[in-house]
Parts: sequence; structure tokens; C-alpha cells
Amino acid sequence: MSDVVISVENLGKRYELGSGGSGERYTALRDVIANKVRSLFRNPQSAIRNASEAPASDFWALKDVSFDIKQGEVVGIIGRNGAGKSTLLKILSRITDPTEGRIKIRGRIASLLEVGTGFHPELTGRENIYLNGAILGMTRAEIRAKFDEIVSFAEVEKFLDTPVKRYSSGMYVRLAFAVAAHLEPEILIIDEVLAVGDAEFQKKCLGKMQDVAKGGRTVLFVSHNLGALRELCLSGILLSNGAVVGSGLIGEALALYNSMTVGNREVRALKNDSPTIIEVIVDDLQLAAGNLHVSIEYKSPWPLNSTKVGVVVYNSNGAPVFGINTEMDSEFDPPTAPSGFASVRIVDPPLHTGLYSLSVWLGDRGQNYDVAKDAARFEFLAPSSLPAGISTSVVGDTRVIGKWSYRPN
Amino acid sequence: MIMSPISTPSPAASSLIESEWDLVIEPGRAEKNYWADLWRYRELFYILAWRDISVRYKQTFIGVAWALIQPFLTMIVMTIIFSRVAGLKTEGGAPYAIMVFAAMLPWNFFSSSLSSSSQSLIGNANLISKVYFPRLIVPASAVVTSFADFLISFVILIGMMIWYGFAPSWQILTLPIFVFVAFLAALGPGLYLTALNVKYRDFRYVIPFLVQFGLYVTPVGFSSAVIREKLGEKLFLLYSLNPMVGVIDGFRWAILGGQSTIYFPGFLLSLLVIVFFLVLGIWYFRKMEKSFADII
Repeated sequence: MSDVVISVENLGKRYELGSGGSGERYTALRDVIANKVRSLFRNPQSAIRNASEAPASDFWALKDVSFDIKQGEVVGIIGRNGAGKSTLLKILSRITDPTEGRIKIRGRIASLLEVGTGFHPELTGRENIYLNGAILGMTRAEIRAKFDEIVSFAEVEKFLDTPVKRYSSGMYVRLAFAVAAHLEPEILIIDEVLAVGDAEFQKKCLGKMQDVAKGGRTVLFVSHNLGALRELCLSGILLSNGAVVGSGLIGEALALYNSMTVGNREVRALKNDSPTIIEVIVDDLQLAAGNLHVSIEYKSPWPLNSTKVGVVVYNSNGAPVFGINTEMDSEFDPPTAPSGFASVRIVDPPLHTGLYSLSVWLGDRGQNYDVAKDAARFEFLAPSSLPAGISTSVVGDTRVIGKWSYRPN
Repeated sequence: MIMSPISTPSPAASSLIESEWDLVIEPGRAEKNYWADLWRYRELFYILAWRDISVRYKQTFIGVAWALIQPFLTMIVMTIIFSRVAGLKTEGGAPYAIMVFAAMLPWNFFSSSLSSSSQSLIGNANLISKVYFPRLIVPASAVVTSFADFLISFVILIGMMIWYGFAPSWQILTLPIFVFVAFLAALGPGLYLTALNVKYRDFRYVIPFLVQFGLYVTPVGFSSAVIREKLGEKLFLLYSLNPMVGVIDGFRWAILGGQSTIYFPGFLLSLLVIVFFLVLGIWYFRKMEKSFADII
């Protein structure tokens, strides 16, 4: 059993939400003093009642989480937003303390929850490499040894002595990732860092991550990029509402995640001051029949001037596959009512079997109002004879129907 | 579909003796290697201090000039008001301006350290919420940054000594001790205030007032011997509860040499207060440290 490098036992993390339940996490001294003074002037009984009446509502971001990770394992942590992934990573990186339970770690651990942490705009690229490296836990000697590699990976040779505030955002991100990618701890924790840069650089990042993963290092990887997870990880842990609901090979974990999220609907909070997409539903029955039916409920505080609704479908790598909107349908009569359902039905969409997600967009003649990103996920089963799952004969996301013929020469 | 966990924590794994693990994360466990960690992260400490200093002096001329002009002008104004207008005595035969400047050095160091260290955690919120390191590094490096200003304005003192033809005696060699005492005097309250600032975000409005108020109850523009004369010994001991009284007396003793005398009961009292604030600051900081990432 000595090859277990991370052992998590009954881990729990409780956050106290303010009784107001608002986003304010810190208190104003002014309010504390004002409350104290006010309670002095009330009769003591009501003061006591007040104190007991406002219990801070607790929220368990993680509860009874246990798992072991072995030396050299590359583990993907999967879950919807709010499932507890980030909290788990924060505890593992010692940024925050657990409320209960225990984690035991063997080996040097480094975490990458963000690229470019601590970058200072006034400092030059060279200075920021040393600064960021030190923040990530590298020694100066280590950074010096890797310096040239970092610079050439980031492709910023010419701008090394320019303050990073003059960098383009692409250069900035490349430099930030380059430093992080050259970190060499025994255990590496990565959160969503692949979502940076242009497509070409993302590919390069993915390649680098693959090298890291194959180098025998233990890696914990959190991402919404299911394609990257499938490619990089061997096993997966699925979190839901702060608990581990499944773990195993990455394929199984993704399948379970998939089954939990397929046909899923997103219900969103209504914004009072602007038109809002309230709910996005992908019809399960239609999906099973090989059709994509998306229904979007929206509400607006004022009548809309010829409503426009759009849907963009993404593949599991987060790349858009196609977009469709109300304007593309010449027979559609744009409504002006302030609320309602807009539905689109795509019969036999030209997609391969796979996991897709979609974003929904709401606007009218004048402007854009609301975007529901990653509003729903669905698994599409192509009605073809191809075997389900990833097959080398399936390239790309678009399923094009063609007729082959043969003629002897 | 319920899948079996990859590997359930086995009893064998949990029965391993703890020394086999490099790191154990548990709630409320004051990590026993905290101070060792502080040492291990010393490079980060240097680099954060270096970052702040280099950003501060990036526009070289303005940055350095400001560190020179501001104390110089204050010194002139104080000398005129307290020596010429109020007619207060200097210490021994030392020029009044040098006596004022010998106190302005530690006072400016103290006040700028206090303000910058008390803002330091909030100013580095992105670091705190994304990376682990002993948080003590942040306010400590803010104090070191103020030390750079201190060194620069030290040049003025040397210039003034040449101007007045005032030669320091052997006591000047003890100055590093008092610099260190000033460092501790600033660090203690700085730690306390920065932790308080994370929790009560409106507390920062109180700090400029504290610093300004401090200037009035600290013998910067005048000699503490004058105060002792006017207040008497007992009240002067009360006055010495201000930790900067001891620090400034020490600075004057070291810089003015034989011209100044230290009143030892007062000096010891100031030292005790410094130690008290340092212990309090570290204790409160350590107590709050674990929740910084959650509330910042």
C-alpha cells in the first residue's frame, strides 16, 4: 500500500453563509459596532432572542469525501459547477482548511489553480517569470535552469524586457502557462488551465500536459473539457453536491457524469432589469428518436422588438460545431411578447455519436440581452451503423452522408 | 449505476505511521512545521519584497526623489516650528535639525510599514486565494519594502552630518540594533491590523488616523527629554507606553552619540510594549490565517 501518495479520509468543508445570504463574505466593523450598540438599547430579552434567531446558515461544500490516489495516477475530477471540485482542490493545495477529515500526502505537491498568479503588469517578462515561479514554489536555481525552455515555449523571446502590461493578452497567457508548465513537483494539481489562449496554443498546452501525465507524475486534473479529461486521465472521480458519487476508469466516470447530465435542463435566476433566458430544455424523447429539440423559456421586463433566439452546439472539447438562430428560418415570425417559449427542432442533426453541450443566446433587433453558456448537455446517438463510442473511423463532429460506388478499372 | 471507488482507503494505508507522510492536512491543526515552512518559503519572501521595491522605484526619478523630498521638507518644517517658534531645546549640543531627522527616520519607517503592511493582505488577495504559502510573508515583505525608503532617506542624514560638520561617535555602530527594534515595533501592530483588515474591510479608514495621531504623541519634532521635564517621571513612564518613544530615543542615542541620553526605565517599558504587540500580532494573525482564503 506504500504507493498511495494522496489519502483523503472523510473530508468535509463547511462554509457559513451570512444570515443575509448575500455575497458579502466580510463584515463591516461599522455594522458590528452598530449592532452591539443597538442591542444595548433594546430590552435584554429581545437581544437574546435576536442572537439565537439568526443562526448562520451552513453549507457543506464537501462532505464525507474519501479516496486514495496512487503514485503516477492521472486522475480527472468531474462534476458540475458547485459540486465541490474547487473546494477540494483548495483544501489539497492548503489554501483553505478542511472542517473535518484528513488528507495525507506523500511527496512535493504543487497546485496550479490559475495561470499567471501574482503577475505584475509593471514588471518585465523576465522579472515575472522569476516572480511567478517563486510563487508556484520553484527555487531560483530551478527557474534559472528552465528559463530558456520557458521563454521559447511561450514564444516571447523578443519581449523579455518589456513590461507585461504592453503584452497582448495572448502573449501574457502564453508566458503565464509556460512558467506553470515547467513546474516539476511529484504531485501536480491543475484546475481548468487549459482554457487559455488560441486554439493552436491550447493544443500545445494539451501536448505539454500529456507529457507531464506520461512522465510518471501524479496529477489531479479538474476540467470541464471532457475531451481533454478523456485524453489525459486514466481514472476519474465524480463529485456531486459535495460527495463522491462514483470513481473508476475515466471512461466509466464520464459515462456516469454523462448519464447524470444528459437531457439536463438549466434553470436560471430571473434578472429583474433585463430580458433573461430562464430555462433551457433538451427533449430526451426527441433525442432518443435521433432529433435535437431545444426549448428555451425567456422573460423580459418590457415587450421585445422582434425577439431573436440562437443556439450554438459545442463538442466535448468546447469547440463550436454549429449555430442556429431564429433569423435563419425565414418562415419564423418573431414574437414581440415579453415572455414565452422558443423551440427549435433539428431533425436528424448531422452529428456523430458523442457528448455535446449547447449555449443559448437571446436578443432582439436592437441588441443582445442574455447568453446562457453551457446551458445543457446531451449525448447524441447517431442513427448510423457505426459502433458507439470513439472510433478511429470517426473524424470530426459532423456526420456527412455520402454514397460510395465502385467500378473496376 | 453505482461504481466502486478506485481504491477505498484501506486500513493498511491509514495505519501507516504518520512520519511516512510528508504532509497531513487536518482541521485546526496548527501545522507543526509552520516556522520551518516560513524558512522554506524565504525565497518567496525575498521575491515579494523585491517586487514591491522594484515596482515602487520603477519610475526611478520620481520614486527615489519622493523618498528624499518628503522627509527632508518635513524635517525643515518641524525644525522651524519646534526650535525657532516654540523655542524647544535640542539634546546636548546636537544641531536641532539632526535631532529631528534622527527621529524622522524611524518614525517614517514605522508609519509607512504600518500602513503598507496593514493593507498588504487585501492588496495580495489574488495570491492568497490561489496559492499556499505562510501568509506571514506578505506583511513582513511589506515592512521590508518600507525599509528601502528608510535606507534612501539615510543618505539625507549623512548629507546633513557633513553640512553641520557633526561627527558620530562609536554609538552609531549600535544603530542596526535599533533598526531591528523599529522593524519589530512596526511588524507587531502591522500583523494585527492586516488580519483585522481582512475581516473588517472598513477598518482601513482608521489606520491613517492612527498614524496621524501617533505623530502627535511621539517625540519626533522635539526631544523626549523635554517631555520628561514637563511631565515628570511618572507621567513620562505612561508616555513610554508608546513603543516608538523607546525606538526614537535609541536612534537619537546611536546617531547623536554622547549628546543624547536614554532614560532606561522608559526605554525598557517601550521594549516590553513592542514585545507585547509582536506576540499579540503573531497570535492573532496565526489565529485568523486559516480563514483568510475563505473571506478575502
